[in-house]
Amino acid sequence: MSLVVVGMLVGFGFASVYIARQEVVNSASLSYGLFFLGLYLLAHVIARMTVPDADPYLLPMAGLMTGIGLTEIYRLAETDAFRQGLWIVIGLGAFAATLFLLHDDYRKLESYKYLCGLAAVALLALPALPGIGETVNGARLWVHVGPVHFQPGELAKILLIVFLAGYLREKREVLAQFRLKDLGPLLLIWGAAMGVLVITNDLGGGLLYFGVFLAMLYVATARFSFVVAGLALFVAGAAAVYSLFPRVEERVQIWLDPWSDVYGRGYQAAQSLYSIANGGFGGTGLGKGMYTDADGHQLIPYLNTDFIYSALAQELGLVGICGFLLLYMLFAARGFRIALLAQDGFSKLLAVGLTFAFTLQAFIIIGGIVRLIPLTGITLPFVSYGGSSIVANFVLLAGLLLVSDRANRGLDR
Amino acid sequence: MNNQISRLAVASLVLVIALIVGTTYWQAWAAPGLADRRDNAIKVVAQFTIKRGAIFAADGSVLARNRPKRVNGQTFYYRRYPGRGRFAHPVGYSTQARSRAGIEESRNDYLTGANTNLATLLDTTLNRIRGATIKGNDLMLTLRPRAQKVAMEALAGQCGAAVALEPKTGKVLVMASSPSYDPNLIEKNFKAAQRAHGPCPVAPLLNRASGGLFIPGSTFKIVTAAAALDTGTYTPDSTFNDPGYCVEYGKRVNNYDTSTPFGTINFGQAFQHSVNSAFCEMGKKLGPEKILDYARRFGFYERPPIDLPDGERVPSGLYSKGRPLPRSEERRADPGRLAFGQERMLVTPLQMAMVAGAIANKGVVMKPYLTDRVRKPDKSILVKFKPEELDRAVKPQTAAEISSMMESVVSGGTGTAGAIPSVRVAGKTGTAETGVSGRNTTWFVSFAPVDNPKVAIALVLQNQSGTGGSNSAPLVKQIMEALLRSPSNSKG
Repeated sequence: MSLVVVGMLVGFGFASVYIARQEVVNSASLSYGLFFLGLYLLAHVIARMTVPDADPYLLPMAGLMTGIGLTEIYRLAETDAFRQGLWIVIGLGAFAATLFLLHDDYRKLESYKYLCGLAAVALLALPALPGIGETVNGARLWVHVGPVHFQPGELAKILLIVFLAGYLREKREVLAQFRLKDLGPLLLIWGAAMGVLVITNDLGGGLLYFGVFLAMLYVATARFSFVVAGLALFVAGAAAVYSLFPRVEERVQIWLDPWSDVYGRGYQAAQSLYSIANGGFGGTGLGKGMYTDADGHQLIPYLNTDFIYSALAQELGLVGICGFLLLYMLFAARGFRIALLAQDGFSKLLAVGLTFAFTLQAFIIIGGIVRLIPLTGITLPFVSYGGSSIVANFVLLAGLLLVSDRANRGLDR
Repeated sequence: MNNQISRLAVASLVLVIALIVGTTYWQAWAAPGLADRRDNAIKVVAQFTIKRGAIFAADGSVLARNRPKRVNGQTFYYRRYPGRGRFAHPVGYSTQARSRAGIEESRNDYLTGANTNLATLLDTTLNRIRGATIKGNDLMLTLRPRAQKVAMEALAGQCGAAVALEPKTGKVLVMASSPSYDPNLIEKNFKAAQRAHGPCPVAPLLNRASGGLFIPGSTFKIVTAAAALDTGTYTPDSTFNDPGYCVEYGKRVNNYDTSTPFGTINFGQAFQHSVNSAFCEMGKKLGPEKILDYARRFGFYERPPIDLPDGERVPSGLYSKGRPLPRSEERRADPGRLAFGQERMLVTPLQMAMVAGAIANKGVVMKPYLTDRVRKPDKSILVKFKPEELDRAVKPQTAAEISSMMESVVSGGTGTAGAIPSVRVAGKTGTAETGVSGRNTTWFVSFAPVDNPKVAIALVLQNQSGTGGSNSAPLVKQIMEALLRSPSNSKG
């Protein structure tokens, strides 16, 4: 039922962009809505078949987020929207595949935890390899094989969570005793996060992986001191990186005062704030925001990937964007509820990890845009333009549904 | 583990709330401050989605209109200036690439509907809510196109400027500056707009009428005479002995023509024939501070309060190394040379038109203005600007005395070329020599008709080989005739 509402909302969104553009409602706008409604209905049916007892709200919420993202991307650049639509189809395919493969018992993943961990590290290291690695805007996050470009970090995130859930379930009692020799893995992972940060030049990724690790560690051991120690290490590491790498130092300076170099390095950050401010209370309305100059040049670079939030904030206004953020909050709340209801440690840790990764990722990018923290290039889950991100988040969603299905089935019996 | 999960859930909740608070700060709290910033690219572009008000001359002819252009479903309004270079300096331009100038800048709020008059505020807000195009207000200027054309044609090929005012109101009837530029070129081809041809290809973008500084020469004698007569130090019948020069600091200061000294003459004759030695004596007796005190009464030392951007109107006065001389150093200024408009004195044509206007208006200086009315998009009048008195420069008696001396300049003195048949014309010539031949700055300052003044004009030419009487006065005559001939076209 909620899917129908989502479908209508997406249809309305497209219609609104169309009206703003061509001053007529094109039948195409409605067919987009119908197409995605059909697509999500199919996904819904698959979910009913494979995980019948799963949380019924997560898929429609994800659908709404992708719908909002797609509408905004369509409004910003039509060609990107068609590619994004294609990625959503692929993402839903990955979603269905994950459900089919794991719906009898996803916990068998636990026995492959070290494989997952290794795969994650390998994926993370992939962009650093010469030949296939690619540096985009100073960050080495991309891999290209033939015509396909993707960010392996997005999938590594999920594999890492699976590894951590398995590892921490096994070692939680030992770790909770807080002996020095058991701190080894913690230091190892801290080192890995810093390594990723240094190799890929990607602050946001490092913060995300390490934040998720600390959260899962805390949930597993109930030791807040781990979090404090971990954060202290991260800050110390970041401080060292700050003084060693000019790119990081630059980011922090722009964070502190984007107007110090407003026509240069601070341009993007400042213009994105102007974009948000231009929305005001009610927003300009979808399709009526100001993103290009009269010659059609985009005013803010990377508007539909990293900065899609500033575009949305302008067109939806304070009212709309708060609703949008509440959607993230609801998604997180449902995720944590699944973790609470799950029966075994692995499931709980998996659900917590996936949910927190989702929330933290949204916080890192939006917080960077609204200057709560230094700005780092990272995608907004389900909304930003980007294939790897969309596919990874659909896999994340499938994971949450799998845990939820088992937990609820347990309750019924 | 459930305790920890709950705590983590609360932490996540706090993170999202922090995002909501952060966004609220930028959208509600900081937004007005951000909107005013010059580096705000969105606002710069947004101004071009407003259907900017048109600009009209006093006779209703269009000086600036919009040319809509649709890009990505949005309509942008670009400016067209049908008058091209003719009104370029007072009207200015509004572009994305080069910001704005002239009335387009100084009246930007009215033109974009951003003014805070209640009626406009209501319309704009309603349009914003309805998502309709915001319409700016139209401007009706005081400029008279026919006289402006005469002035621009008179100045063509020269470096110079002319300003004509209505003495009783301060309305600017003509504001001409040469060389000019085509404001239509500013957006796409700034280099071409900056290019000027002819014998004076210098700085076409500069509005010389209100932003150009020139040596006033003998036109400044109007101010000296005002000080001399208004303070009662002299009367029109006071006599001087002219040996052809005046001795200052033990050195001779020569008349324009030293070959034929006038001998014993009275004040009126000294003014009529612009005798430097007489004014030099006057200056020595009055002292520089008294003269400059009167200059201030006419509006010197302040940016002329005309409705143009600050950068396009500069104060007249004594300058030292490109800056106004500090007041504390004024008493050390050379009084004799100051009295006949040398000694680092620099003035704008607008300021000299205000001096002539004040004499014509019985001693009262009127605030000069270009915008007569502001019209709402529905064609009803939003604002009608009223004439404002700036200051009383001299007593009516003094104004009348100077007025008749100025009339004698045109009827039988240095400014006979400014005479118009069957019209009583008053005037004062000025020729500032720079010591290099062909480099004189020549002036003519005039008003007419003397019994009921309708027009006051100041005109300056740079790089002349003649005098104010021979070069500038005939051009003023043409503009004056054009303005007196055409009936006042401004309705209301």
